[in-house]
Amino acid sequence: MPKDHGIGASSKRREDIRFLTGQGVYTDDLNLHGQAYAVIVRSTVAHGKIKSINTSNAAGMPGVLAVFTGEDFKDVGGNPAGWLINSRDGTPMREPKRPVLAHGKVRHVGDAYAAVVAETHAQAKDAAEQLAADTEIKDLPAIVDMAAAVADASNRVHDEIPDNLCFDWGWIEDNRAKVDEAIRNAPHVTTLELINNRLVPNAMEPRASIGEYFPGTGDYKLTTTSQNPHLTRLLVAAFVMGIPENKLTVVAPDVGGGFGSKIYHYGEEALVLAAAKKLKRPVRWTAERTESFLSDAHGRDHVTKIELACEKDGTFIAFRTETLANVGAYLSNFSTATPTFLHGTLMAGPYKVPNVYVNVKTVFTNTAPVDAYRGAGRPEATFSLERVVDKMCRELNLDPFEVRRKNFITTDMFPYTTPVGLPYDTGNYHATLDKAMEIANVSGFEKRRAASAAKGKLRGMGLSTWIEACGIAPSHLVGVLGSRVGLYDAATVRVNATGNISVMVGAHSHGQGHETVFAQIVADKLGIPESSVEIVHGDTSKIPFGMGSYGSRSLAVCGVAMTKAIDKIVAKGKKIAAHMLEAAEEDISFEDGKFAVAGTDKAKTFGEIAFSAYVPHNYPLETLEPGLEETAFYDPNNFTYPAGAYICEVDVDPDTGKVDILSFVCADDFGNIMNPMIVDGQVHGGVGQGIGQALLENTTYDENGQLLTGSFMDYAMPRAEDVPFYQVDYSCQTPCTHNPLGVKGCGEAGAIGSPPAVVNAVIDALHRGGHTQVKHIDMPVSPSRVWSAIQG
Amino acid sequence: MYAFDFERPKTIAEAVKALGREDAQALGGGQTLIPTLKQRLASPSVLVSLNGIKEMIGVRKEGDTLIIGGATPHAVVAKEAGAYPALAALAGAIGDPAVRNRGTIGGSVANDDPAADYPAAVLASGATVVTNARQIAADDFFQGLFTTALEAGEIITEIRFPIPGKANYQKFQQPASRFALTGVFVAKTAGGVRVAVTGASEDGVFRWTDAEQALSSNFAAGAIAGLKVSDDGMIGDLHGTPAYRAHLVKVLTGRAVSAA
Ligand SMILES: Cc1cc2nc3c(=O)[nH]c(=O)nc-3n(C[C@H](O)[C@H](O)[C@H](O)COP(=O)(O)OP(=O)(O)OC[C@H]3O[C@@H](n4cnc5c(N)ncnc54)[C@H](O)[C@@H]3O)c2cc1C
Repeated sequence: MPKDHGIGASSKRREDIRFLTGQGVYTDDLNLHGQAYAVIVRSTVAHGKIKSINTSNAAGMPGVLAVFTGEDFKDVGGNPAGWLINSRDGTPMREPKRPVLAHGKVRHVGDAYAAVVAETHAQAKDAAEQLAADTEIKDLPAIVDMAAAVADASNRVHDEIPDNLCFDWGWIEDNRAKVDEAIRNAPHVTTLELINNRLVPNAMEPRASIGEYFPGTGDYKLTTTSQNPHLTRLLVAAFVMGIPENKLTVVAPDVGGGFGSKIYHYGEEALVLAAAKKLKRPVRWTAERTESFLSDAHGRDHVTKIELACEKDGTFIAFRTETLANVGAYLSNFSTATPTFLHGTLMAGPYKVPNVYVNVKTVFTNTAPVDAYRGAGRPEATFSLERVVDKMCRELNLDPFEVRRKNFITTDMFPYTTPVGLPYDTGNYHATLDKAMEIANVSGFEKRRAASAAKGKLRGMGLSTWIEACGIAPSHLVGVLGSRVGLYDAATVRVNATGNISVMVGAHSHGQGHETVFAQIVADKLGIPESSVEIVHGDTSKIPFGMGSYGSRSLAVCGVAMTKAIDKIVAKGKKIAAHMLEAAEEDISFEDGKFAVAGTDKAKTFGEIAFSAYVPHNYPLETLEPGLEETAFYDPNNFTYPAGAYICEVDVDPDTGKVDILSFVCADDFGNIMNPMIVDGQVHGGVGQGIGQALLENTTYDENGQLLTGSFMDYAMPRAEDVPFYQVDYSCQTPCTHNPLGVKGCGEAGAIGSPPAVVNAVIDALHRGGHTQVKHIDMPVSPSRVWSAIQG
Repeated sequence: MYAFDFERPKTIAEAVKALGREDAQALGGGQTLIPTLKQRLASPSVLVSLNGIKEMIGVRKEGDTLIIGGATPHAVVAKEAGAYPALAALAGAIGDPAVRNRGTIGGSVANDDPAADYPAAVLASGATVVTNARQIAADDFFQGLFTTALEAGEIITEIRFPIPGKANYQKFQQPASRFALTGVFVAKTAGGVRVAVTGASEDGVFRWTDAEQALSSNFAAGAIAGLKVSDDGMIGDLHGTPAYRAHLVKVLTGRAVSAA
């Protein structure tokens, strides 16, 4: 019998009631007395020198309250990068200032260089249009192509950075010579050059921010679309605006998706605060969809060459990767970590390969900043690896399932440290592969292929065996790797006098379902109904200092902090119970919501203990504080390492090149499962995004740096009809060894593991259909690309 | 969006009068026009909504002709044009439910987007576009990208489709917009076969006359096997090269003939 409540139950998502009935409260839903409207003026050229901005016409227009330009912010701080990466030669990365509003130069189409605040949105828009007309920008040649950017020192995104290079990173540099040598001497080397396509996150809710300033106290409040309000507060306060942290509250109310793009602090947040202070009125800004396309941090955008050296029987000897990674025009907060420590450290995959080396050159271009997007670095690593393994199998005529089996790290090898430095704690890659093959009915493929062929379709099957590192945390590890922040999390469990519970968490839910799952865990641990638990998140004035949600960390880090706080509650409850029951503390047990004296029928309910803590008439006040509220911070000592096997089957229409996904099987190991329905949803969503990347989504700038895919007319998002009914399994569980819940992250898995499964399936279909000249097709594998590949 | 006045006349005559105002523009379902206004790419002083004009809404059959009011939403055509199944199917595959319940046939045909679906049906059927002022044969109506025979202030009041013996529309979707990357409408009428292609040409919807000839003597997919579509003048963009579109024209024509 599946459980109907608590840990492991598919409790329905309580937040969905408000989301689905239009009762959610998003930033743009808030209307404040006296609010004014900001409109941002954005560059229409990719690269240009700002010669002059004449603000006087705009400032004199009806309703206009204030006009801001880069000049107004030139003395405040820049929005910093959160990770310091050193180049192979030991020199630190180049960090150009990222101003609130562009000053002197504009560096990408959509770069904000001015803002207008007015009584109404329409008035602000009119004045912004005027301001744009009154601005003179001298065009400079756009730097778009990464290879050209590095080759041409005369044309610079940032004048002080000669070769447009942020850093040239080697991982692990000490492996380099050995890897080169191994590849030179290997019996077989497969080489693959590929592009990991740039993606626009396209959260359903565009970014929005409201700034408030309270002159009486000097306090500021920022309501904003953020995945991590405390980090935003830290960045705005300490780095950009110089506001004392205790004078700034950041609230992220309901947030309609982020996928990474709302982790970061953006200039508009500083702008609305500065404007609110100047005008002593609330100032709001909401992005239009076009602004989202132009100015949200994009994802991926790697150009990679990967080499796989192996024995003739497919035993891996070495992997070597050279990648150019686009960071766009400025360093977004996580942008330097994404192509390095979230990518290079994963380049051993789930394999016992002895030699791995990764070189990443990160390049500035006149395009929107690029940063972590669902999966962040790990999809890039997985795609390179799983595509090159597939190509090798074809070259050597080896079975792709057997080659994976032969090379997997085996269960007896854990804990296992890879040549790229990650200590995998546990896993069972053979088990997930077997499970995926069983569900996918691999042995029945030939029959299905024949059925497709009878309809004129080419059927193919693709495999991807993926691993990732998530539950992004261990401060001691990320510190060594260059992080400038810690990555623990925190939770406060407040038992109210009447026995119900408020839990304040540092994680932030922007669709994931924390309000449901976290409540299930609390209810389970304390033996109370889920409905008695309320999860509070997203408001720095209410929650302890936490680091928000990304990197599949909510449960594995914050959820564990919450569990630890619950443990403290139980420990204190035992003390209170011991006093009330006149027993020794060691003799008190806690089970199913009851504190009982072992071996007797003497017991107190959780509610009675809570009441006693707040009405301490009969209470050990000499030795115990009243009240029942505990906070815990948790900093794990390792990442978690979910892994799995994905099998995709496609039909290719050889006449049109159209790919139809017929089935998609996921066998994942996420450790222990708290709510299967939510895990299903996370995997479905992630795979949907992965299919989007594999078949549809592409971000294209032309040679002048104009975004050609700046709307949904040309940027292809996946829709329901593009995805199959997924078959998701997570019964192969190797619980995480270092967190008490035994959980691993599941939020990014789908987006990480799926793209190579899809592309491998398409290549397989073409080969089986006789088009053996097709070695690779870059994503998105669109109908026209497939058709062109078939033409040869 | 800039500010504008709004009128919602009840008759064609009132609409024509309202459209006489300076910088007035007709509003059908607004599925093209409203996004244009939101992006501030147009600034009419007054919008004249056509969807309060009862005589312009609905589907009716007169003999062998199906007559569709100019302000009829796609969803209504999808549901009520059963006498012309290929046309009903085409309407039912435009955009999404919201678009189909707002967008109108008159708006689509007047707009003449090179990737729109209806123009292929109008041209292949040899339909007649009826306006407040005159009747225009399909062959004279479409004049290139976003360009038609309509005069300023002239509105499409209805479109008259002779119902063909056999017909079919094959749409290959552009992956992002889901308009036609290429779409081919084939109609077999008493006077011969007509083949109209949308989405492919830089000159907008056109008739593939070589295929029409071949199919008029032998209405079978095999009849066009020996033909080749030139990629000269075909659209090349992010979603397909001219050669790809030219190739699709032939593939889709064959499929339409087989399915008709
Ligand atoms: C998300 C989305 C998806 C779409 N997908 C498709 C698709 O797959 N295939 C497709 O073909 N189309 C598609 N469309 C376009 C849709 O069919 C529109 O309805 C159509 O292009 C315009 O019709 P409308 O009634 O909305 O016209 P409006 O937007 O109101 O007007 C468009 C133009 O026509 C003029 N006009 C309107 N009515 C008349 C009339 N009766 N006489 C003269 N002029 C008139 C207006 O002045 C304006 O210039 C899509 C639109 C959207 C928003």
